[in-house]
Amino acid sequence: MTAPGSTAAGLTIETQGLTKRFGHQVAVDNVDLAVPHGAVFGFLGPNGSGKTTTIRMLLGLAAASAGTVSVLGQPMPQGLHEVLPRVGALVEGPAFYPFLSGTANLHRFDAASRHGPPATRKARVAAALERVGLSHAAGKRVHAYSLGMKQRLGIANALLSPRDLLVLDEPTNGLDPQGTREVRSLVRSLAADGATVFVSSHLLAEVEQICTHAAIMSAGKLVAQGPLAELRQAGDTRIRLLTPDAGTACEVLLRLGMTPGKGTHEPDGEVLTAVAAASSVAPPEDIVAGLVAAGVRVRGFSVERESLEDRFVALTGEGFDVAQ
Amino acid sequence: MPSSATPSELEQPNDAEKPSDSEQPGRGSPAVSVPGRRGGSVRAVPAGASSLSLLASELATLFRRRRTMAMLVALAAIPVLIAVAVRLSSAVPPGRGPAFLDRISQNGLFVAVTAMLVSVPLFLPLTIGVVAGDTIAGEASLGTLRYLLVAPAGRVRLLLVKYAGALAFCLAAPITVALAGAAIGASLFPIGPVTLLSGDVVQPPEAALRLLLIAAYLAVSLAGLSAIGLFLSTMTVVPVGAMAATVVVSVASQIADQLPQLEWLHPWLFTHFWFGFADVLRQPVLWDSFASNALLQAGYIAVFGALAYARFVTRDILS
Repeated sequence: MTAPGSTAAGLTIETQGLTKRFGHQVAVDNVDLAVPHGAVFGFLGPNGSGKTTTIRMLLGLAAASAGTVSVLGQPMPQGLHEVLPRVGALVEGPAFYPFLSGTANLHRFDAASRHGPPATRKARVAAALERVGLSHAAGKRVHAYSLGMKQRLGIANALLSPRDLLVLDEPTNGLDPQGTREVRSLVRSLAADGATVFVSSHLLAEVEQICTHAAIMSAGKLVAQGPLAELRQAGDTRIRLLTPDAGTACEVLLRLGMTPGKGTHEPDGEVLTAVAAASSVAPPEDIVAGLVAAGVRVRGFSVERESLEDRFVALTGEGFDVAQ
Repeated sequence: MPSSATPSELEQPNDAEKPSDSEQPGRGSPAVSVPGRRGGSVRAVPAGASSLSLLASELATLFRRRRTMAMLVALAAIPVLIAVAVRLSSAVPPGRGPAFLDRISQNGLFVAVTAMLVSVPLFLPLTIGVVAGDTIAGEASLGTLRYLLVAPAGRVRLLLVKYAGALAFCLAAPITVALAGAAIGASLFPIGPVTLLSGDVVQPPEAALRLLLIAAYLAVSLAGLSAIGLFLSTMTVVPVGAMAATVVVSVASQIADQLPQLEWLHPWLFTHFWFGFADVLRQPVLWDSFASNALLQAGYIAVFGALAYARFVTRDILS
């Protein structure tokens, strides 16, 4: 069973027209996800944008109202029994039997799978606990665990067997900075081993740091998707210019297809910012050359890309107006 | 423009880690096909063995749970209470109190019989309601249901294992009452040959066997109620709701069984043969009520098992 999922397209997760309705409410609306093999895929969106519902459908926990899902090359939920043993998942926070120890909890989930060889169960549970730094608390009842420890145990559960795909829903929720950092390096090492990692998050900085690809959900719709670099480039580019010759500079920038904003005064001259769509902007050296040729004294010049956060806010809206 | 400071940025930037940032992990790596390593782990363990493994895990989880132990202890307390009460009082006049109560002081084994009789209408259904009502709803409310299903346990397999766990409790509960009854009876009263309802006399070992037979009869009696509880448990994510509903159903059925106006319904009520276990106290054992009871319970298992199946395999797990 070496990766029957290697589809021609090379997609680990593919959905087409995926839709989920709860009564009249459309939680997930016609989503076409495409997660390439080996990607670290950031799944972004504000609270209530349909991320977790999508993940539930990917894992066969909920049935789609319309559309198709394919995971590791097999249709879901039909291929569930062959797909899920190769998938490690953390769905909507960790959940455990509070009256059992960490070890006993993992034993139970491993026993639930038809595919976890019982002979190696003990060693695999110990290794997974070790990997998330919980060995010292393995014998404690989960009841006594902190939120961060439960989160780690949840990640350990996803790592009980070697996996081809990891679906991690908010993996750093409740973790301290060290834990967050460990999760990041864990995700990198999993990806380096060749696994595809699907991380849902609303922590953009985190996604920017570890992901190769990202998708952004808003109100149940997929509003952007692609390699991270492309997503960023799709946004606006902003230049920042420090010059005493603001008037001439404005003319030059306009001619170059940029929209100069209002300048601010600084001791060395005026700071001008100008915005242009990334696709239409001239290379920075040409802008500077154009400015200098027009006699503008350039005392400072920089190009600023939109961060993923700017892009995210541009696509999903500002403020607390969570999707209806 | 710098991105906003999230908790993940509070840490010190680590130079050693930075290069891998730009490397874009995983891109162009051998992706999924790491044959030997991953491929091997996906091979399924033989179905029987893995289901036994899950059943063992289910039983361990059920019986290691403090609530389950507390319920068994409470059931064991019933015969103890009866025995102590009889021991402390003067002779019980015949014909008063529950059946067999007057015979306890002559023979301790009757503590077990009396205790089982007393626990049939409420105590046993109560504990079975808790266990059977908790089966699926309990996992759903803990959130562990989703992790069992993505393990993947398989919905049908999980349902079967859950029902098997409930049946194990159906057996454990009356056996606990019988054993506790026999033990306290033996320690407080004389043990001797037992006169059966048919007038025959059997020796204590044979009598102990009859006690276990009564326990088995009760276990069978409770199987139908367990199936109802299992079904109700698939309907909700609030375990207390399913538990209460299961107990209410058992009480309602017993009440209906008492109403002469509903006589046509009586043979169809799952509680109808609950008190029929006196027949195993005859010589030779009268198996009629045992058989009718088993058939009736099998019918309830089939109907409510099918309903639970239909409900559970199509249900969206959103908890």
